[in-house]
Amino acid sequence: MIHPIPSGTRDVLPDEMRELRALSDRLRGAFEQAGYGEVQTPSLEYEEVLRRGDERGAGALYRVFDERGRVLVLRSDMTIPIARMVASRYADAALPLRLCYFQHAYRAVEPESGRAREFLQGGVELIGAPAPHGEVEVISLVLEGLDAAGLARHRIGIGDASLYGTLLAELEVPPARRAAVLERLARRDLVGLERQIHELGLSGAARELLSTLPTLRGGPAVLARASGPLSSAVENLRACYELLAERGLADRLIFDLGLVRELRYYTGAVFELYDPAVGFRLGGGGRYDELLGRFGAPRSACGIALDLQRVHAAQAAEERLQAVDRSPVPLEPEPAA
Amino acid sequence: MSATPELMIAVPRGALLADTLDLLDRLGIATDEVRRNERRLLFAEAGIVTMRPSDVPTYVEHGAADVGITGKDVLLERPERQVYELVDLGYGRCRMIVAEPAGREALAESIRRLGTARVATKYPREAARHFAETGRQVEIVEVKGSVEIAPLTGLVDGIVDLTASGRTLAENQLVEREEIHVCTARLIANPVAHKLKARRIDELIASIRESAAEGGSG
Repeated sequence: MIHPIPSGTRDVLPDEMRELRALSDRLRGAFEQAGYGEVQTPSLEYEEVLRRGDERGAGALYRVFDERGRVLVLRSDMTIPIARMVASRYADAALPLRLCYFQHAYRAVEPESGRAREFLQGGVELIGAPAPHGEVEVISLVLEGLDAAGLARHRIGIGDASLYGTLLAELEVPPARRAAVLERLARRDLVGLERQIHELGLSGAARELLSTLPTLRGGPAVLARASGPLSSAVENLRACYELLAERGLADRLIFDLGLVRELRYYTGAVFELYDPAVGFRLGGGGRYDELLGRFGAPRSACGIALDLQRVHAAQAAEERLQAVDRSPVPLEPEPAA
Repeated sequence: MSATPELMIAVPRGALLADTLDLLDRLGIATDEVRRNERRLLFAEAGIVTMRPSDVPTYVEHGAADVGITGKDVLLERPERQVYELVDLGYGRCRMIVAEPAGREALAESIRRLGTARVATKYPREAARHFAETGRQVEIVEVKGSVEIAPLTGLVDGIVDLTASGRTLAENQLVEREEIHVCTARLIANPVAHKLKARRIDELIASIRESAAEGGSG
């Protein structure tokens, strides 16, 4: 007899569970060794509390009422609950504070879209470490964790959440018209983006800058392409590059000036993780210097979360490739000139 | 190991196929095998996989194809698919329209007298969005093909469908009432491929633009 479960959720049986457990143990080992203590927070939180972190409750869409009629939501990410917890429980703690987690989060998805409603996230949050050293620490740690998990061809995309907005402001695009432009960018609709830009009535050079920026991605050379109003954001990315290159990680980095994240609390650098074996990003994160302030404990902070089921798929693909080739598959050459 | 093609391209069968193959020829991607084999779908050595246009975003979103070509109508109907829309390829031009049987205003009359009208379409989301945004209540009836016969049989009052020449509409005594969108073929890319295969994708876009510029001047 088959009893249904909601689409986008799953049962995990022992074979998969053993592998998932081994994967999360390797990541946990790497994170703990770097001084990141594991925490757990409740799956259900008060909606009004999570909304302090993000007006839309960071996309938390499953609501229930408790016995007194208060609205509870299933968390849609781990960063907001951890910011809430840090403000409550670590108000006077010495900084930086290093935390990691392995927990489920929940998002509403289109039925049959192949995406998960309930997904297992593993990640790190580094609180009280300013740019660029905070970024460099979490990026290095996650790349090292993925190495430990057996991935070989993974890369991290690095951009800046404020870049495009800064450029629009600098070009004196009226705030009312920026939303439509940013919306096309967030939807990755570069055809629509170019049309919106044309309607802004800007000079040819400004139009060119706005429409090429989202396509600038690749090695550190792309940073040289962003100047003028963008130089401070790009300065931080260049500082990250230099520190990460010193650690031997240069060939893992893709600078991506068009990178946008769906979550709105990011204030600086943003990240996405990729592996050629998986068509979806493995995870992402960024700097969120204003989030803790919304819970009454202003601190700089950044973090990265991995979707463990996708990392698991990449790990399995890597194992298959290595079984054929008997040698690790090399990184592809630098993605763009 | 045989040389793997640099990019796997999802190519739409149907109305967009001929123009798409001509474009790929101009880009130096061999299409003779595709032209010779109407029933084969996968041409791994050429880096081409052919499919229904509506499946292209699915293959591209999952990374089974790095890039793909499909109609804007398909992208409008599936906005949740996370793909990059990179280039308006210009061909395959058609319009998404509202039409109803000639001779009477069935949609307006049903809305006025019955409060709602029935509309058949292959594009339920775009149709629902269009009527909602214009302040009209309608009941959307999703059909998979031959939308033009739905009003003739009394299934619905009107339709939302694509038209290029207007011939199918005329043959079925339907008249266009409203234009919703102009749709053309688009180049789309998987978000991960867009980063990890940036050089190859940018080269592809550059040669598409070059070929369009040559075509335009010639």
